[in-house]
Amino acid sequence: MPTPLHLALEIDGDGAHPAAWRRAAHSPAELLTPRRSRGVAAIAENAGFTLVTLDDDVLPPGPAGAPTGRIGAVERAAFIAASTSTLGIAPVVSTSYAEPFHTSSQLASLDHISIGRAGWVVGVSPAPEAARAWGRPAVTGADAHAAQARDSVQVSRELWDSWEDDAVVRDVATSRYLDREQLHYIDFTGETFAVKGPAIVPRPPQGQLVVFAPAGLLPADQVDVTLVSEPDAASVRRADTPRSFAEVELALDTPTAGAAERIAELAGHAPWPDRGRLRYTGAADGLVRLLTELATRVDGVRLHPLVLDEDLAVLSQRVLPALLRARTIARPVPGASLRTTFGLPRPANRYADRLTPAGGVR
Amino acid sequence: MTRTDATDVPYPDAQLHFGVFFQGVNHWTIWSDPASGSQIDPASYRRVAQTAERGLFDAFFLGEGLRLREVDGKVHDLDVAGRPDAITQLAALAAVTEKIGLVSTSNTTFNEPADLARRLSGLDLLSDGRAGWNVVTTDNAWTGANFRRGGYLDHADRYHRAEQFLTVARALWGGWSDGAIATTTDAPAWSAPGAVDRVREHTTQFDVDLAPTLPRSRQSHPVIFQAGDSAEGRDFAARNADVIFSAHGTEFDDALAFATDIRNRLRAAGRPSDDLRILPGTEIIIGATEAEAEEKRRWVRFSQVTQATALNVAGLLWNLDLSDRDADGPLPAEDPVLAENDGAFGARRIADPRETVARWRAQAEANHWSLRETVIALGPQRGHVGTPAGLAEKFLHFARHGAVDGFNITPYLIPDGLDDIVNLLVPELQERGGYRTAYTGSTLREHLGLRDPRTRRATNTRRAG
Repeated sequence: MPTPLHLALEIDGDGAHPAAWRRAAHSPAELLTPRRSRGVAAIAENAGFTLVTLDDDVLPPGPAGAPTGRIGAVERAAFIAASTSTLGIAPVVSTSYAEPFHTSSQLASLDHISIGRAGWVVGVSPAPEAARAWGRPAVTGADAHAAQARDSVQVSRELWDSWEDDAVVRDVATSRYLDREQLHYIDFTGETFAVKGPAIVPRPPQGQLVVFAPAGLLPADQVDVTLVSEPDAASVRRADTPRSFAEVELALDTPTAGAAERIAELAGHAPWPDRGRLRYTGAADGLVRLLTELATRVDGVRLHPLVLDEDLAVLSQRVLPALLRARTIARPVPGASLRTTFGLPRPANRYADRLTPAGGVR
Repeated sequence: MTRTDATDVPYPDAQLHFGVFFQGVNHWTIWSDPASGSQIDPASYRRVAQTAERGLFDAFFLGEGLRLREVDGKVHDLDVAGRPDAITQLAALAAVTEKIGLVSTSNTTFNEPADLARRLSGLDLLSDGRAGWNVVTTDNAWTGANFRRGGYLDHADRYHRAEQFLTVARALWGGWSDGAIATTTDAPAWSAPGAVDRVREHTTQFDVDLAPTLPRSRQSHPVIFQAGDSAEGRDFAARNADVIFSAHGTEFDDALAFATDIRNRLRAAGRPSDDLRILPGTEIIIGATEAEAEEKRRWVRFSQVTQATALNVAGLLWNLDLSDRDADGPLPAEDPVLAENDGAFGARRIADPRETVARWRAQAEANHWSLRETVIALGPQRGHVGTPAGLAEKFLHFARHGAVDGFNITPYLIPDGLDDIVNLLVPELQERGGYRTAYTGSTLREHLGLRDPRTRRATNTRRAG
């Protein structure tokens, strides 16, 4: 039997459309409540999604008129992790200005909190306003942002390995809680910063979190899952990384309004920006067919619904049940890590055989 | 303990406030006992937080260390270590608790306000008004080795930066006017034009220009904790903090002197003297009888101060590597070394240890103590030992005389170390009318009985005028 397709759901805000909040089933202020985060995650988990992703940036999320408020993705992810049991959770953490040491600690903590269900969608903050918000010299140009992303991912991955799995030894005979031979300075020196290590958080349950990145941002060997944006299904291809997900925006017919009608209504408020992604508009069964076809081309699909409150209802009542019945998708097994669900091995520790542990002489 | 006349009780209605400090480093947490659980498993955090909430505690408190502690250039291996990022862990606990405050220790030196204020604000919203921030500073290049800017900050500037950081954070937290968010989906815009104030700060430490991305929480913004003990730290707290997590909660006279000093500084800063809560960190060891409590104290101390830990503590005092000595033997014969040795971080060396060593020698000789017994008796001291009723009387005496507002309790065992306090001590305090019998508020600010943040008071005054 072929490996099932994995479905990810982007749950930031009210949906992929900047005016989605106008068709939301809740009052605007409800967006920034714990009830909202918990509720959407519960629907996604119950529906059979493999994971949710949460977009983020230090800047307000929307253009003028759209929601200008957003709780940080790592905080929402941790809250959701404690509210769910099988759902994978992958926040966006931008690398342009954040401290790589903090990013690594936050994500490792998320993996501990979720007992191995965490991923990281690597982001960048190209807008000059982000530099002014952070109060840091601006990173300019796509190459410079990519370099920040590359060095940040490298630091995180090294820090996640800086504690070997059995570094906590609790050796009563010698009074040692830690075995310092199993702790490692990473001594990373990149183009614009250096990080000493070791981490302050023990190695994550998955060893390494599942790292997602848009195609082209990072060297392939740093990425577990490439997010592939192509405007049509025929051009969607696997990337040279262990797993590949296609990005799909969608607007579905609902019991009360057709997809086209819903898009047209929102267009009166704001355009739906073209992000170069495959876009599906129409009935649920058409989306089932599209996803079934994509299952032959990629390992997973990340869905970006027009309006979460409307489209997620149809996804959970019509689309995912049909895919589950056809065994095109499968629910995560309780207790499985996100890596295990993806069929990815738990990585060996890069430092396990190194001869220069943190306690030793360098 | 000095008892004052019962008619001369300045705060007869004082209520004790408890927090729990899940410490995660230092030798106070016993790891060798079979009942000692994981320091990283989320179940340990949930267990402690939910026990504290059952005990009607004000707050669950997490520390921060941005580099693993070292002694003589090697990672310190004797104590518990390895803990989660505080805000991330607390955001998870927000989902599995209802009432208890969630306090993160976060550094102003190796963070930027746009990011940290937003993370704290997110925690405050996800917990519906239960977040707190223990503001700490660092200056050393040793910690800076993990961060982009390295050891960029002079020691003298660390509180300047902290204060400017708080100014930016408060501006971000207060940037949304009340009712900024549309109430219906057919409003002209999601947030009204002009309802969100941009924050532009150009100071010696910050040059930022941004739009805040979150509204106020139910408690307006996170409660500010502070723990610095220097004169500079105390003044910083008097100007900025809502709660002081102090180191003065073991001896009554010391606690009262500290509290009096803080109240004076508060008034000097133009604040009412009851505008701040003082919660000393402490350990509480409970036994059914005094003898049982004393027996338990011995067990706790010998579990905390292992032979290796005794040699490490003494080594920091002597400025010598004593790891090959016999902790159950006499004190080292050598004189302490006066050095600018900076090999130990996260552990404090004593500038001139000669006087301390002389005192240790005299006491050890008089009492026939081994080195380990001397470290236990004279080393860093903390905590209260007694029966539930005896401790309740003692703590209420502290509170009713204005020496403390409560305690931030560090359990010596994770995750069950709070159970005796919640099951045995809290009821004794309740019987004496000195501890709440139910949560009466829903936010951390309400639990602590604090006024609105001063930024809000100013606004309200302006509006009233």
